[in-house]
Amino acid sequence: MVSKPHGGRLVRKLSSEKTKERILDEKEEYSKVQINGGLAIDLENIAHGVYSPLEGFLRENEFQSVLDTMRLPNDLPWTIPIVLDVDEKELNFGIGDAILLYCKDTPIAEMYVDDIYKYDKKEFAQKVFKTTDINHPGVAKIHDMGKYLIGGEIRLLNELPNLFGNYTLRPIETRVLFKERNLKTMVAFQTRNVPHLGHEYLQKSALAFVDGLFVNPVLGKKKEGDYKDEVILKAYGTLFNHYYPKDTAILATVRYEMRYAGPREAIQHAIMRKNFGCTHFIVGRDHAGVGNYYGSYEAQEMFKNFPDLGITPMFFKEFFYCNKCNGIVNERICPHPMEDREYFSGTKIRKIIVEEKEPPEYFMRKEVYNTIKNFNDPFIGG
Amino acid sequence: MVEEGRKHTTVSIPIPLYEKLKKRIDGTGFTSVSDYVTYVLREVLASLEEEEKEEVFTEEEEEKVKERLRALGYLD
Repeated sequence: MVSKPHGGRLVRKLSSEKTKERILDEKEEYSKVQINGGLAIDLENIAHGVYSPLEGFLRENEFQSVLDTMRLPNDLPWTIPIVLDVDEKELNFGIGDAILLYCKDTPIAEMYVDDIYKYDKKEFAQKVFKTTDINHPGVAKIHDMGKYLIGGEIRLLNELPNLFGNYTLRPIETRVLFKERNLKTMVAFQTRNVPHLGHEYLQKSALAFVDGLFVNPVLGKKKEGDYKDEVILKAYGTLFNHYYPKDTAILATVRYEMRYAGPREAIQHAIMRKNFGCTHFIVGRDHAGVGNYYGSYEAQEMFKNFPDLGITPMFFKEFFYCNKCNGIVNERICPHPMEDREYFSGTKIRKIIVEEKEPPEYFMRKEVYNTIKNFNDPFIGG
Repeated sequence: MVEEGRKHTTVSIPIPLYEKLKKRIDGTGFTSVSDYVTYVLREVLASLEEEEKEEVFTEEEEEKVKERLRALGYLD
């Protein structure tokens, strides 16, 4: 049996063709709110149940509860506020109105406005990101948000264009897929990087304990210096083709805008994968972190607060290559000193790629490296 | 009935049980018996909910999903 959706029911807020037609016919009667790509992705995730049990953007009591207790008012774990912000000048509607949310020129969802409220940006940042430092990308984003938040249920009218549609699976699809392949226990791995051998070892170590592995790269807006979506996807595609078992390892993407909220976001990532039907979730070093804002294993510690999460975290220490062990190990199984160890640092891998040096065999699969090398510029803002 | 706006309420437990729990949490990281009881009850409730019946999609929905999965190469 795959994992139950968070809250017990998979949310699907998709409008029928008939309703969509009616709403679009009457679109001039609705107030219009423009939303950015990140919010549109949140909306899509609500509509397809990736954020179950959320049926819309958080109302004030839900928002405050998430900030204060890391739970929804009904006590269900929820750590990242999923909110829709607007500026004062956009507030040409009131509580009780139905509005249309537009991304560029396309109406993508209908929303029933239940709540309009002001919020404290500093409190939001401090509680979610544990800092108010504007250099933190999540804090910077809050800084740029509108003064008001609006809460209420949504209904998706149009899917957003998706360059990677053929690799994007919704929770209803992964649930059917796991069932069809008879994968009762599934471990999920979330990534925003190209795979090196440390990742492969981590994923395969986890797969040894369960029926299947779900590698779920996050596509969407990231920060400068991160790998481009197509590079991550192609690199993983290559790795899967050459080195992963076909029946038990599944590669599919999810669109999601990283918050870089470290420990809180690790819980959010686990909940999302629970909704995809996974029973286990890999939490490694510095999960969803950025800079030095969080401790290396703080995300793992955070799981202790949630005995009722409904998905089992699998904790791993950082893997590295040890010259003496002549293999990939971690500090729990390797007795040798630091000078024998080669760590898989992101900076080191970037350097290898930028300088077009062939990586050592223990670092990255040759096929993966060649796939990345085929891109002129694999990095965002590079 | 819980007063609106309050975040916690009181539940009575036998004093000997309270004393046992107090001893049990010593050195565990739990700072109060209330925190410990909340943790345990959440764990128990979550495991009971897991045992409840699985959500089932309609046959039509499932067939539509399978069709897409086959088209994308995820299913034979």
